[in-house]
Amino acid sequence: MNGIHDMGGMQDMGPIRYEKNEPVFHQPWEGRVFALNVAAPQGNLDNQRYGIELLPPAEYLRMSYYEKWLARLEGTLVRLGVVTRHEIEDGKAAPDPPLPIPVQVQPRAVTFRRDAGAAPRFEVKHRVRARNINPVGHTRLPRYARGKVGVIVRDHGVFVFPDTNAAFEGEKPQHVYSVRFAARELWGEQASPRDAVYLDMWDDYLERA
Amino acid sequence: MRAQEPAHHHEHQAVPSDPALRVKALESLLVEKGLVDPAALDALIDTYENKVGPRNGARVVARAWVDPAYKQRLLANASRAIGELGYQGMQGEQMLVLENTPKVHNLVVCTLCSCYPWPVLGLPPAWYKSAPYRSRSVIDPRGVLREFGLQLPDDIEVRVWDSTAELRYLVLPERPAGSEKMTEEELAALITRDAMIGVSRVTLAGG
Repeated sequence: MNGIHDMGGMQDMGPIRYEKNEPVFHQPWEGRVFALNVAAPQGNLDNQRYGIELLPPAEYLRMSYYEKWLARLEGTLVRLGVVTRHEIEDGKAAPDPPLPIPVQVQPRAVTFRRDAGAAPRFEVKHRVRARNINPVGHTRLPRYARGKVGVIVRDHGVFVFPDTNAAFEGEKPQHVYSVRFAARELWGEQASPRDAVYLDMWDDYLERA
Repeated sequence: MRAQEPAHHHEHQAVPSDPALRVKALESLLVEKGLVDPAALDALIDTYENKVGPRNGARVVARAWVDPAYKQRLLANASRAIGELGYQGMQGEQMLVLENTPKVHNLVVCTLCSCYPWPVLGLPPAWYKSAPYRSRSVIDPRGVLREFGLQLPDDIEVRVWDSTAELRYLVLPERPAGSEKMTEEELAALITRDAMIGVSRVTLAGG
């Protein structure tokens, strides 16, 4: 989704606010939200990330980090049918019958690497172009790289494909590569001629250039 | 890739002014339904508040500075070499270590969310997850570094690593001049979280 979360290359977001000796959690409730997000059944990590992307853009910008995690957790639990909005408002379970836990939210292995999958479509040193795609669902191909040309510098091996995994449409395991994009390819003449941005990209995001 | 419209606007509402109450209510609901165990939540919070943090990464970097064979293993298979020191777990399953040199400076960001190598650095600071850092690091890395007080000469190549997949990055900073006689432990005390993200260098003054 071309959402507000896809921030790479935006300007005018203000100075970076650095806090010295920052605590891990600023309030006890932030720690609870963090732990609940890790422990509660929310499907796979890609679907969790998609849950944050579903926050309305103005809310996304306004909320603190853990406010976003709280809104995401509530939204995801309702979206996946783990609890009802009514139960969240009440803070207690509806009398009965209890909701069965949907299959897709059952805990699963956290690693995204897979031993098998499609053969690699590219090799190190290949010139590739990031495809110009604009999916409405979850994707890990940032807007700022679409249509740009880079070079494969490393094959990381086979990983679950987030675009389908987030939607519970299968893991579609495929190769992920480190792709080097010259800063000037991404940003034009204003960028330093020496600098580069490296993105990790799945086979389905790339075409031969 | 989903074709349907994301049906969300009716599902979400503003977070009320007191998120603490809301979290408490949600926790008791999930406990009542048997979906989470409060003791497991306590353990998670304790782990990331007290046990896992940038001191882990500092020990990895210090070891690499004093032990060339370890450094080689770290650059070849970071997850395994970091595991040798006992650091592993969530968000550290697929690690890569990026070596800074006199000619190359590495900087790590996650423009899409907040990906970060938890086992070696702990949970990320607020600025790393903020819009200003996420948006600007890729388009103006030298400006971002200046904001952190680091002015890099033009002949140093800046490499920005956008954590778009499940790889997690740790910068191996340059060992500061004048530290030749220091022990591994003394070196570890100099190494800051910021240097391992790539927004600063390691100096003899430490963090």
